[in-house]
Amino acid sequence: MGSMIISLEHYLLLSSILFFIGLYGVIVRKNLLMLFFATEIMLNAVNVGLVAISNYYGDLTGQMFAFFIIAIAASEVAIGLGLLVIWFKRHNTVDLDSLQSMKG
Amino acid sequence: MSFNINEFIDTKTLLYVALFSPLVSSLFAGIYGASPKKINVGVISSLLIFLSFLASVGLFLHLYFGGSVVNVMMMDWISAGDLKVPFGFVADHVSVTMMLVVTLVSTVVHFYSIGYMEKDKGFNRFFSYLSAFVFSMMFLVMSDNFLGLFIGWEGVGLCSWLLIGFWYEKESATWAANEAFIMNRIADLGMLIGIFMIYWTMGTLQYDEVFAKISSVPVDVVTMIAIFLFIGAMGKSAQFPLHTWLADAMEGPTPVSALIHAATMVTAGVYLVIRANEIFSLVPEVGFFIASLGAFVALFAATMALVNRDIKRVIAYSTLSQLGYMFVAGGLGAYWIALFHLVTHAFFKALLFLGAGNVMHAMEDELNIMKMGGLRKVMLGTAILMLIASVALSGIYPFAGFFSKDKILEVAFDTQHYILWGTLWLTAGLTAFYSFRVVMLVFFGSSRYKDFGIHPHEAHGFMLWAMTPLAVLAIVAGLFEHQFVEFVTKILPAYSFSEQIHETIGQLVIVTTSIAVTGIVIAVFSNMFREGLFSNAFRGNFFYKLLDNQYYIPKIYDEVFSKPYRELSELFWKSIDLKIVDATVDGIGKCLLSTGENTREMQSGNLSLMLRWMTIGLTILLLSAIGYTYADSILTLLQQGVAH
Repeated sequence: MGSMIISLEHYLLLSSILFFIGLYGVIVRKNLLMLFFATEIMLNAVNVGLVAISNYYGDLTGQMFAFFIIAIAASEVAIGLGLLVIWFKRHNTVDLDSLQSMKG
Repeated sequence: MSFNINEFIDTKTLLYVALFSPLVSSLFAGIYGASPKKINVGVISSLLIFLSFLASVGLFLHLYFGGSVVNVMMMDWISAGDLKVPFGFVADHVSVTMMLVVTLVSTVVHFYSIGYMEKDKGFNRFFSYLSAFVFSMMFLVMSDNFLGLFIGWEGVGLCSWLLIGFWYEKESATWAANEAFIMNRIADLGMLIGIFMIYWTMGTLQYDEVFAKISSVPVDVVTMIAIFLFIGAMGKSAQFPLHTWLADAMEGPTPVSALIHAATMVTAGVYLVIRANEIFSLVPEVGFFIASLGAFVALFAATMALVNRDIKRVIAYSTLSQLGYMFVAGGLGAYWIALFHLVTHAFFKALLFLGAGNVMHAMEDELNIMKMGGLRKVMLGTAILMLIASVALSGIYPFAGFFSKDKILEVAFDTQHYILWGTLWLTAGLTAFYSFRVVMLVFFGSSRYKDFGIHPHEAHGFMLWAMTPLAVLAIVAGLFEHQFVEFVTKILPAYSFSEQIHETIGQLVIVTTSIAVTGIVIAVFSNMFREGLFSNAFRGNFFYKLLDNQYYIPKIYDEVFSKPYRELSELFWKSIDLKIVDATVDGIGKCLLSTGENTREMQSGNLSLMLRWMTIGLTILLLSAIGYTYADSILTLLQQGVAH
């Protein structure tokens, strides 16, 4: 194979693959920590897409969005992990099924 | 002699007073409808009706002394496209005659009711209904268009329903009220179709415009209009085959029977024929049918009255019979004679009913004349009043009934309808017989009531005084025949007798009077020899049974209409209502319930499951958004695919 130009399609493909991996994790994972990982993957998949398109159009708005998302994701994870630690101390588990009080 | 009412009061004011004081009376009594008896309610109500009577007298005097017809356009009522119906009222010679009769009888009945209803807990309510009835009847006779007439027509029907079912805790009273209402509804449909046809062909409902245009309408359309209008009249005036309600309507308080079912409401049908005479006189075939039906009902009802043992029912049948007479006159084109008989009949029939009311009160609501007898000893006043009324009803000179009834017979003879004449002649005899049968059984003979432990007493003095004007009119009204003719023929077509009838008129009078006297004599003498008039052997007779069961017509109606209707209703209830309508409604409910039951699992509170549902939802929304955005191009693609 010769040298390959990495075009917009490749970035978007990567973004989609990452997104679906994350989505898959969100759907199947029962561990709350893993759920966080999966959501982080989805967020970063979106970031990849935003940056790629931003670069393609030569418009910095997309990249600014990506920065925002990174900042917000960091704070979100900080709060989320804090809650998770408290939950673990109380219940000694981070399993999703234990977070259930309604009986449908 | 000249007299001008306008010097004293505006005729339009008089018209409004005559029309609306009964309404005020009704509303006033209605305010106290639910409160305990207040004697003042009855008195004020009666005075307001009396005021209406005085206003009617004023209008009568205005017209009698050559005043012009009073037309009032109160306001626009319906104005839609070409259809314009105002609330317009007219006081012409015919409607003033009706107004006088209605308000006079109503005034008497109102005052009488103060005594009659004194122990009834619905005293105030009764006056409210009674006055509402008078208002409806006034609306009916004073309207200057067919739709206004129809409003009054329905109004009297409603009030009749309220008053027949006045004692609503009685099963039989509510049944009779419903029967009257439903029977009238059937006929009213006919009337409504007649009114629709009038509007359709002539584009107006005002009397004068309709009558001006009617002669240019094709004769078959006029025939249809006349037939449909007469169907309405048949219901209100209880003509065969819609007659059964009238006798059953006797369930109501007796003053109601006097006012509604003898003197006023049931004459509305006759009034319609008289009012629309310009329609009916164009189609003599329909007129002949009306006359034939009238003669048939006259005889038919009289035969039923022969054997009945219920005092009020006998009088009710006689009302039917007399309405038949009026229709004979109306049908044969002698409209003023029909109106004349309507007027005289109102006086003596109301008197007869009020007398019957006194008897009922005295007998502690006993209606069976077999249990009475000899009551003249305790209630002489009532006995005399009822005797006057019965003589008038029998048509004995010089009482009112003689003049009007004899005129009808003369018309039948003059127009060479000898069969009609014969029928009416025979009926005259029967009328005299059953009237005096009642009088004899109630007031004469041995005091059979003693066996039943009843202690009769005479009614209040003021009740008898209230009846006196009617008694006086029942005696003298006929003597004013000449003035009456002159008055009403200013609008109604005059009926001129042929030459040869003038020679035979004397003989006719003798023949008619002799059969009436024969009837009375048979009734009086047979009562002397054997009380009850009919031996037990006779009671087993087929004809007696036939008459006693009212020709089995109520039974036939029950079998032919009521029972199949009930079965049909049950069929519809069980197969259509339950299986289709109810099932559909229940199905919707069940569908919602099962949806909830099945989707309950979603709301488990499990975060993992919720996330999955969220994903599914998101996917569906996304797909539909895409589908919606690109719907056009997708369709084009598909069409191209099909085309290739």
